[in-house]
Amino acid sequence: MSKIDRKRLLREMIFFRRFEDRTFEAYMERKIGGFLHLYSGQEAVATGVLEVIQADRGIGFDYVITGYRDHIHAIKTGAPAREVMAELYGKETGSSKGRGGSMHIFDPSVRFMGGYALVGQPFPLAAGLALACKYQKEGRIAVCFLGDGANNQGTFHETMNMASLWKLPVLFVCENNLYAIGTAIQRSTPMVDQYKRLAAYSIPASQHYGQDIEVVMEAAQSAVDHVRSGAGPYFLELLTYRYRGHSMSDAGAYRSKEEVAKWVQQDPIQILAKRLIEAGELTEEEFKAMEQAVQDEIDNDIVRFAEESPEPKVEELTKYVLEDKPNPRWIGPLEAQGGGHG
Amino acid sequence: MAELAYWEALRRAHDEELANDPMVIAMGEDIGVAGGTYKVTLGLYDKYGEERIVDTPISENSYTGIGIGASMAGMRPIIEIMSINFALLALDTLINAAAKIRYMSGGRAQCPIVMRTPGGTAHQLAAQHSARLARLFMGTPGLRVVTPSTPLDAYGMLKSAVRCNDPVIFIEHESMYNLKGEVPDEEAFRPLEGAEVIREGTDITLIGYNYSVHWCLSAADKLAQEGIHAEVIDLRSLKPIDRETIRRSIEKTHRVLVAEEDEAPVGVGSEIITGIIEDCFFALDAQPVRVHAADVPVPYNYHLEKLAIPDAKDVYQGALKVLGKV
Ligand SMILES: Cc1ncc(C[n+]2csc(CCOP(=O)(O)OP(=O)(O)O)c2C)c(N)n1
Repeated sequence: MSKIDRKRLLREMIFFRRFEDRTFEAYMERKIGGFLHLYSGQEAVATGVLEVIQADRGIGFDYVITGYRDHIHAIKTGAPAREVMAELYGKETGSSKGRGGSMHIFDPSVRFMGGYALVGQPFPLAAGLALACKYQKEGRIAVCFLGDGANNQGTFHETMNMASLWKLPVLFVCENNLYAIGTAIQRSTPMVDQYKRLAAYSIPASQHYGQDIEVVMEAAQSAVDHVRSGAGPYFLELLTYRYRGHSMSDAGAYRSKEEVAKWVQQDPIQILAKRLIEAGELTEEEFKAMEQAVQDEIDNDIVRFAEESPEPKVEELTKYVLEDKPNPRWIGPLEAQGGGHG
Repeated sequence: MAELAYWEALRRAHDEELANDPMVIAMGEDIGVAGGTYKVTLGLYDKYGEERIVDTPISENSYTGIGIGASMAGMRPIIEIMSINFALLALDTLINAAAKIRYMSGGRAQCPIVMRTPGGTAHQLAAQHSARLARLFMGTPGLRVVTPSTPLDAYGMLKSAVRCNDPVIFIEHESMYNLKGEVPDEEAFRPLEGAEVIREGTDITLIGYNYSVHWCLSAADKLAQEGIHAEVIDLRSLKPIDRETIRRSIEKTHRVLVAEEDEAPVGVGSEIITGIIEDCFFALDAQPVRVHAADVPVPYNYHLEKLAIPDAKDVYQGALKVLGKV
């Protein structure tokens, strides 16, 4: 990885951390409503994997899909951070025009096909995106991010079976942060190593340390190479940790202070920053300046955009339920065709 | 008499039923060690242990099915599903199995389960966390569907549901868990069937269930200030529906409004008003009105959400319409 890349990735992760912290503050100010699930602590996973898959290959974006903890996946895929923040504010300029909120960020223009609030729902949708990729032969793949808890849902097993059988070009990224809300993984899943479960479906799988972005990228590269080669799906398990509670309504009391402290020591931002500083590629001052610049950008541009954006129009409540203009192949009401009775 | 919150009333019912019958167990995500999303099982894991307060993986269809299987073998599972949206994953086992087992077996098998779940719109939870779906279960033969709207009913109906030999869909509401009400100190049961007139009136009948009962009550207060006496019926059970109580009320008031949080097409109100047309067409002095949600997936945006979901104001406005005052 080039020096500049490492610095850019560090800045991105700082941006993602600050973005989530800022949404926390906006939630406390009651500017964001509903459920809000933050990604802090897991930055190296989305940043690393998506850096690898979105490397410019001339065909544009691959498909990305995920669960409700979706802000950072959306932004790293290419959704403008301003629009993601505006969505959290419920504004018309938001990624989903204020209809979706935190758990349902969409940006099909960069092939980010959504965040979904039902645990396990994205598995088959991802395989479907991959089915289309395979059929359309443009070299695209689908990437599905989900937590470890989702692997106990029926959709996991059914989808893995078909994805493997049909050799679909899909990369499953399991963000194993050891908890599903308040339930520790040992209490929900006898096979704690998730990647081992894939043997049942003949899907190649591996487990890696998810707090070091360079480890993540190396693992993601060989996984993506496998999927792009046409050999079928790959399941990448990354061990990580979320620093905050499951959502804003959860303080995370089920985790011990020692456990949290242990993982805070393994902060993906600090790990990369330390490495760059020790290698002489970054000074402490530059690191501080980076943090300040990110903070300024988020406060002065991203949040401001969200705050100053208009609300959706109330007259448009039912817009987007169905297509606005009927399909041209649908020729119109029966009467106009001389059909119907009498 | 103690003042209990709706969630406390449910917890007390769990506690008493677990103590009463060793075959009673509770199952669901995060209900054990974590005490439940809405605290309904708080402390019960410590008291009854992991065999009776069962933390399940995120596997709604299969853990509901496991509950149904266990119930056929004599257990009495109370299955908690965190939000009615997730109950959709369990529809196969609920509708294709639980609802039909007694019938398919010619009455030789039964599945006495209770599926408890909040069905409703809280604040800005967006489309995938705001479903109501009462109408879906209500259209399924073989299920009982109950919708307690007070702590007393939450307590007494849960106890009856646990002892009932049919599958009971027990629909709660995110916005009701902190609602307070009187519950007697001694053990009490409330029937699973039968609507209740909870406020007497002569000018119009307002019919609600679950959370919409509270809109009806506050609309009735507002109407009273204008000298209009509204009668309020809490349906309590959506399957079966107590058409007799509705008929008696309409024969007195001659005017009716039904308030529901479900969407209108194929909604609860559609069924109630059809029943009213069949039972008391000639007693009606005005066209019945339904107050219901807009036919859209519930939007995230605060203002759009308010527009999509009805409230007490809509019931009040709707009542004026029935009364010919707007
Ligand atoms: C079908 C369904 N069941 C239950 C829930 C409630 N729920 C939301 S997140 C969650 C835990 C998911 O854990 P995991 O997949 O490990 O993801 P993480 O939050 O750790 O990223 C649960 C049970 C849901 N949203 N959807």
